[in-house]
Amino acid sequence: MSIEITAAKCIGCGRCRKVCPGSLIRLDKTGKAVIPRAERCWGCASCVKECPVQAIAMFLGEDMGGLGGRLTVRRENTLLHWTVTNPDGSAKTLTVDSRDSNNY
Amino acid sequence: MDLEIRTLTTDFLIIGGGTAGCYAALTFCEASDGSVLIAEKADIERSGCLAAGVNAINAYIVPGKTPQDYVDYARADAQGIVRGDLLLTMAEGLNRTAARMESLGLTILKDDQGRYAARGSRNIKINGENIKPVLAAAVAAQPRITVLNRVNVFEYIVRDGRIFGAYAIGVDEPVLYVISAKAVLCATGGAAGLYRPNHPGFSRHKMWYPPFNTGAGYAMGILAGAEMTTFEMRFIALRCKDTIAPTGTLAQGVGAKQINAMGEGYEQKYGVTTSQRVHGTVMENLEGRGPCYLRTVGITREQDEDLQKAYLNMAPSQTLRWLESGRTPGVQNVEIEGTEPYIVGGHTASGYWVDTSRETTIKGLFAAGDVAGGCPQKYVTGAFVEGEIAARAAAAYMDDQTASPDPGDAKEKKRWLEGFLNRPAASYGTDELEEAMQSVMDEYAGGIGAHYRFSEKSLRIAADKIRELERRTELLAASEMQELVYLLEMRERLTLCKSVIAHLGARKETRWHSFAENTDYPESGAEWNCYVNSRLENGRLNMIFRPLVREGDAYEH
Repeated sequence: MSIEITAAKCIGCGRCRKVCPGSLIRLDKTGKAVIPRAERCWGCASCVKECPVQAIAMFLGEDMGGLGGRLTVRRENTLLHWTVTNPDGSAKTLTVDSRDSNNY
Repeated sequence: MDLEIRTLTTDFLIIGGGTAGCYAALTFCEASDGSVLIAEKADIERSGCLAAGVNAINAYIVPGKTPQDYVDYARADAQGIVRGDLLLTMAEGLNRTAARMESLGLTILKDDQGRYAARGSRNIKINGENIKPVLAAAVAAQPRITVLNRVNVFEYIVRDGRIFGAYAIGVDEPVLYVISAKAVLCATGGAAGLYRPNHPGFSRHKMWYPPFNTGAGYAMGILAGAEMTTFEMRFIALRCKDTIAPTGTLAQGVGAKQINAMGEGYEQKYGVTTSQRVHGTVMENLEGRGPCYLRTVGITREQDEDLQKAYLNMAPSQTLRWLESGRTPGVQNVEIEGTEPYIVGGHTASGYWVDTSRETTIKGLFAAGDVAGGCPQKYVTGAFVEGEIAARAAAAYMDDQTASPDPGDAKEKKRWLEGFLNRPAASYGTDELEEAMQSVMDEYAGGIGAHYRFSEKSLRIAADKIRELERRTELLAASEMQELVYLLEMRERLTLCKSVIAHLGARKETRWHSFAENTDYPESGAEWNCYVNSRLENGRLNMIFRPLVREGDAYEH
């Protein structure tokens, strides 16, 4: 369980660094976000939700039975568009309205 | 690396800007004209237990119920070992804090008649993905609150049984902070990481409780000689396998029942208290009827999709698991497992021994949230109420006796910390010792691998091995400030382990299956209707047994 940061997409805004509850994200010399100790990630997804360019994806570690899927999220006002992309390229998006998302 | 000493002064120091700490800061500003300083080791925007959000307020007095009903429920769930005074004062404030959070911007769902939408008999539904940012924004809007992010408090400044402030270090910057305060609130949260987790490898931090809550508040209290209570009542969560996502949304949301591999319901066989649910699952597995599941097959397609969305709001890993495997809850029952044990006063009753106003046995030091003992099932709203009660008491306590800290003490502290920073690396690091500690606790102090069971003999082995590991931390080196924080956290965990082991051994009964399963004393007895407390005096941990406190009485130290 952890996150993966795609350097090519990262714009260096540092929002992920601020919201990580474990202070695990840093900005490297080129100003890109990195997570040097990825195994310390709790999987709370704060950074995934915060990233404005979907450079951060959550994945389930192979040691916990992860199958290689990547979860990203795009915000649009109160909507959160969550996308799971599988290794074969197939993807599914679920849209959640943060004002009205919880039937449970 | 040299540390710069930076001195700060405030009226009210709050250690930990999580659920209880942020709420306490807001309340203090209503009750006093004084200044507040929140010291937070991450950043209050998302730090603490609420980072991922929550989708229900789990402690609420729904229409037709009373605060006393809540006390009765929590008492029954803890088999009697609760503080009635703390539970009742907490329960009386639950709805007040929920309404306050709504006014700050939290979305609480409404039913057709415009009332808060209930989930079961004690919960209300919220859209709480952003509950922590809402709280942090309210704190930021209050000019008398200063937030010191990325600063890790590691020791109290206590003289003659009274607190005067605390020492902290920068997580990024090489700074030793000496913080003077008239009153201090400990709101650090509880402790994860004492026991070997479900997945000890790469996914070691995929756990129920935040892995960043390392028991600092407990350890600082223990070392300062505060009286502590009920560490033997560990908390073990029953969770979705691997992802450690919550099960309540399945159980209460779609009425999913616990079943074994044969498809038989087994809840009624063992009982439905929190510990009995874990124990039942352990027993079904041990007796060859595992693995166990929550029966979700048969839910409607709409419920299936709604569940996927609901989990995105609080535990997105579970939705990821469903979608990457294609086996959504309507298609496959959700396997469940017990987590490793945690020490957490918001669910069980471990923590500081406080009076009714939430003051600890150290004058001027208050405790709220997961670090405060005696008041289980407090959850988010209960932590708010405790923060509120503690902040009002702190405001009333404050007087002008600020003693300035002794500069000599600060210099000694600086030398001690620089010792870790400037020595050559040892042949082992903090990570190895952490793994060793978790193995010891797992095998000899009732972890997952021991089916949560222990004996007097195994606890003695655990205590010896933990002491040995503690000696080995003396040689650890830290190459940067973050590593020094990890090192101090490791020492704090070991301090707490010693207390947990002593408490597990002191309660010579099995009152709670799994939470404290003592194989030498498999039965429970009325003579143990008491609190097991402890206090470190002259280097020795003394056990104290105290009679139960009922609601209606105000308890004073």
